[in-house]
Amino acid sequence: MSDITAAPAEPLRKDRAALGGAPGIAALRHIAPPAPPGPMSNALVFGWRAILKFRHVPEQLFDLVMTPIMFTLLFTFVFGGALAGSPGEYLQFFLPGILVQTVVFNSVYSGMGLSTDFQKGLFDRFRTLPIWSLAPFAGLMVGDLLRHLIAGGIILGIGLILGYRPEAGVIGTLLAFAMLLSIGFGMGWVFIVLGLLVRTPMTVMTLGFTILFPVTFASNIMVDPATMPGWLRSFVEVNPISLMATALRGLMSGTASLSQIGLALIGPVVLTLVMAPLVLWLYRRR
Amino acid sequence: MTNDASNLAICARGLVRRFGDLTAVAGIDLDVRRGMIFAVLGPNGAGKTTLLRMLATLTAADDGTATVMGHDIAAAPQKVRASIAMTGQFASLDEDLTGRDNLMMLARLWGFRGRAARIRADELLAAFELSGAARKQVKDYSGGMRRRLDIAASLVVTPGVLFLDEPTTGLDPSARKGVWHLIRQLAESGVTILLTTQYLEEADQLAERIAVIDHGRKIAEGTSRELKAATGSGVLHVSLADQSQLEAAAELLAARLGSAVQRSPEGAELSVPAGNAADANAAIAALIAAGVSVADFRLGAPSLDEVFFALTGQPATSETPQNPEEAAAS
Ligand SMILES: Nc1ncnc2c1ncn2[C@@H]1O[C@H](COP(=O)(O)OP(=O)(O)O)[C@@H](O)[C@H]1O
Ligand SMILES: [Mg+2]
Repeated sequence: MSDITAAPAEPLRKDRAALGGAPGIAALRHIAPPAPPGPMSNALVFGWRAILKFRHVPEQLFDLVMTPIMFTLLFTFVFGGALAGSPGEYLQFFLPGILVQTVVFNSVYSGMGLSTDFQKGLFDRFRTLPIWSLAPFAGLMVGDLLRHLIAGGIILGIGLILGYRPEAGVIGTLLAFAMLLSIGFGMGWVFIVLGLLVRTPMTVMTLGFTILFPVTFASNIMVDPATMPGWLRSFVEVNPISLMATALRGLMSGTASLSQIGLALIGPVVLTLVMAPLVLWLYRRR
Repeated sequence: MTNDASNLAICARGLVRRFGDLTAVAGIDLDVRRGMIFAVLGPNGAGKTTLLRMLATLTAADDGTATVMGHDIAAAPQKVRASIAMTGQFASLDEDLTGRDNLMMLARLWGFRGRAARIRADELLAAFELSGAARKQVKDYSGGMRRRLDIAASLVVTPGVLFLDEPTTGLDPSARKGVWHLIRQLAESGVTILLTTQYLEEADQLAERIAVIDHGRKIAEGTSRELKAATGSGVLHVSLADQSQLEAAAELLAARLGSAVQRSPEGAELSVPAGNAADANAAIAALIAAGVSVADFRLGAPSLDEVFFALTGQPATSETPQNPEEAAAS
């Protein structure tokens, strides 16, 4: 069992007989730390943890995609005809929007996960390790992005089955997913901050959806704002969620302009610039 | 004992931590020699966890200084972290992952790669008799298993100092004995252990030195024997044949011996510090003369329980240990 460490195993400090010969006591012999890993390597471990969670808690995927699937089916078949003439045409309009909503809603779950980790004292363990202090967050982000990809993929798949066709083809769809990941990255910070501030995961969820429901409904995700009252329309038009949905539609239909893409990215960029230092500060202060 | 800095694992001076108006730790000095088991003994809310968290770099001190394995907790926290491990009062494990994954995650964070991380995890699981549950999610573990895994998680790399915050609170007696055995083995392998406890018996059983803390202050420190000696020559224990005479007997003893009388938890026995055998004898005679039927009496060295009582004027075990679930939720 001497191949545990790269470094040569240190000699036993005491004669093993003195330890009473208990089974497996060899594990308690002196183990020196291996060469300290770099920040990237630390972050990857946390990413690996996020992936493991998918394996151990597959239900979480169900939570992530159930709401958007319900939304897609209900809006397409119940409101679709009335809103856009036919369910098929509505789906063409709605699908990129629901992708944005899926990613935005999913960031709430990462805030809940973080809050759970704090509540369970897991972060106390991480914070007594000699690791890059932001590695857990970087890992969280890796897990989030993966979650966004999986959930987005499932929703897109269902859309395709229902007859949705991205006019911009594979390239456009890939670009749209890159945009989705940027959105998820930006939104992720908001909920990391909430996760750091709020004591219980349930409160993170309640707070999160209280903010997100009005913001996503008062956007152009579900309907064109043309029929909304003026005051609401002016909000909807500058709502970052609308800008994101517009850009995503553009990317998937091949009509996106650079300014649309730029406007959509303002939200994620600003959030990252403001929230990342805030996360650092809150975490160090905790 | 000689306390030059090089043989001290922990050296704290005047540590203070406040939470708003509350001073949780109100200026504590601590010298812990390398390789020893040191117990911090105190009731719930005494400031034990806060003290440990400061030493483990989890909470910043408002005042005072400390070094752990020669590194300053404020100036070189990362060096402190490289030489310590902490097992908190409540398990810090990922409940969704298996026991093995939890250990592998930590092994990787310490820098073990691929196969080496797996081997280290399996080795620890075997040592802690968890191999059978290696692939079970931690949420399905019993309290004792969690506690063992949590301690194993602190030993991925041998720490210079291991902090154990109430390592046996909430465990059943057999699991508690198991953890004690483990702590002794660890100490024999050269790890310095700073543990906190509300159980006097635990400190007495495990620790070479004990610091008694109450309301954020250290009220006494020494070996178990020294602490016992500090409270006086001895304690008179009296058992009554008739429980209804308890009050009267307690009053009489207090008056005769001039000290506070402590009742055993079952209420059948009274304990009171007695200056010497003659005083004790006279007190017993007075009890009998007053018509109290004494079933049994003996004069003994004070237990740690009585030491605590003598030091703080309160029984140390008056507060029942918290249920971990409730405490975590509050
Ligand atoms: N994060 C905190 N915020 C406010 N008060 C705290 C905090 N942590 C501990 N306290 C208070 O500090 C005191 C000491 O707590 P603690 O160190 O946990 O004691 P012990 O571990 O001995 O039970 C208690 O009164 C507790 O309520
Ligand atoms: Mg405590």
